[in-house]
Amino acid sequence: QKNGISNGTLYKKTFIEHFEQAPMYVAVLTFLGFGVGTVFGYLRDFMRAWGLEKRNVATEREQQKDFVPLYQDFENFYTRNLYMRIRDNWNRPICSVPGPQFDLMERVTDDYNWTFRFTGRTIKNVINMGSYNYLGFAETDVNALKTVTRELQKYGTGICSTRQEMGTLDKHVELEQLVAKFLGVEDSMVFGMGFATNSMNIPALVGKGCLILSDELNHTSLVLGARLSGATIRIFKHNNMQSLEKLLREAIIYGQPRSRRAWRKIIILVEGIYSMEGSIVRLPEIVSLKKKYKAYLYLDEAHSIGAVGATGRGVVEYFGMSPDDVDVLMGTFTKSFGAAGGYIAGKKDLVDFLRTHSHSAVYATSMCPPVAEQIIRAMKCLMGLDGTTQGLQRVRQLGKNTRYFRRRLHEMGFIIYGNDDSPVVPLLLYMPGKIGAFARRMLEKNIGVVVVGFPATPITESRARFCVSAAHTREMLDTVLNALDELGDFLHLKYSRYSKSSHPELYEETRLELED
Amino acid sequence: MDFKGMKNYLYWLYCQFELITCSYLMEPWEKLLFYTFNITMLVTILYTAYIFIPAHISMALQFFWHFFGNQHENTVSVVK
Repeated sequence: QKNGISNGTLYKKTFIEHFEQAPMYVAVLTFLGFGVGTVFGYLRDFMRAWGLEKRNVATEREQQKDFVPLYQDFENFYTRNLYMRIRDNWNRPICSVPGPQFDLMERVTDDYNWTFRFTGRTIKNVINMGSYNYLGFAETDVNALKTVTRELQKYGTGICSTRQEMGTLDKHVELEQLVAKFLGVEDSMVFGMGFATNSMNIPALVGKGCLILSDELNHTSLVLGARLSGATIRIFKHNNMQSLEKLLREAIIYGQPRSRRAWRKIIILVEGIYSMEGSIVRLPEIVSLKKKYKAYLYLDEAHSIGAVGATGRGVVEYFGMSPDDVDVLMGTFTKSFGAAGGYIAGKKDLVDFLRTHSHSAVYATSMCPPVAEQIIRAMKCLMGLDGTTQGLQRVRQLGKNTRYFRRRLHEMGFIIYGNDDSPVVPLLLYMPGKIGAFARRMLEKNIGVVVVGFPATPITESRARFCVSAAHTREMLDTVLNALDELGDFLHLKYSRYSKSSHPELYEETRLELED
Repeated sequence: MDFKGMKNYLYWLYCQFELITCSYLMEPWEKLLFYTFNITMLVTILYTAYIFIPAHISMALQFFWHFFGNQHENTVSVVK
């Protein structure tokens, strides 16, 4: 937290982000935990190698023992010995719509997570704090899905073709025009899969001789697209504008590595909301940098479209900027719209170029019609074109839920990362033993959470990630918060040194007494 | 004496130890091995401390009193 606002004239409202560091003893104890786990990992590997224990892992065949070893690197060691012990907290099969509450299939393990079996029972009405259901459009209400069932009966489910052959339907044209209108740009193009949108379109936009400046914590789809393109990739520190400016200046002054020629294109890859940190990109500063140094900007709004902004139009609206400032607007429909797929929007020339040159357009199957109709109805609801204010209410409810949830967690004393307005809330757990204990105990209390550890996060900063939804009621959030309070005291997770008082009602009482 | 509260507190401390050292995740025989090792090390350290620390402290005190005067030289006893 700083005094005043840095670059104060660019930001129209305060930009508060928290990345508090835990006390030093927490890091020491985390390494101690990993050390003990590693020692026991070596012990188990020894026992497996000498035949004292049954081998459940993948090993090479006898004839291959003289070849280069396959399973000796750290990642396989970690998976065998540390991940296997807490594996029951991931890949849990659900058997209902992932709304604010869902049903889980109960699984038990007889041999410490090597194999699972289903008992046949379902755990009903588990509160869902892990699905990316920001606006609550993942619903099974028959009235809401009327148009979707109609389109399903009219078109069926299969497309059986790619966009360039026979896979462009009138539904796609309608959807693309609606997305362009929603975002306030000239044109857009939709794809069947969000991951493939990034990984297949970045190679079409940049190639050899171009420079990609990508944020440290970008998603795998952006990294894969950047690597596939063959351009030079330079990485700047997460959301750090000084680092980005230094890289831009170096790129322009020194040019390409050996020939010293100017770069053909410089493109900056950032995301709207980073899903592991909950931080929002510093868009005004990036746009001013890009205008000064004449670079292009590719903004991946996977988590922020529909979730931030006064009417749900993403980070561009959140900062009060115009969509013409961003060259390529990319987003997905998986998170806030309850469907699947992605889009790229921008100027008409850009989208026309992508229609002919994108790998996804030429080879990948296009979006199926019921899914397109679900996006159309969700977007019409958000824009208010269906005649109700339901869309705006959902966005407001999400904002209220986010602020309430974050405020209460801060007051309780947990360490939370990220911006105060982002619906993604990472709660830091740090120690590997607590990852398993946290997820299991929350499931016992009928709350489903997603915990993340190494290698998706740095090794000392494992976390539980909550995704607040507009469909959560105040009671559900209170249930979750009370459970978190109890569990935080039991597992000793309240490491924050800046928490405000967790019992403000006591101060209310003393104020009344003074009035007497 | 608040036995119930004390027992709960000790149980909570034991749970913290289990979580921090990842013994919460271990199979029973691994836990046995780990706790045996830890308790053996703890007992060894405590025993060593019991044997050596009083002798060291009395020798150190004797060394410092030597500077401030020889009053206590007669009371030095031989430690076998």
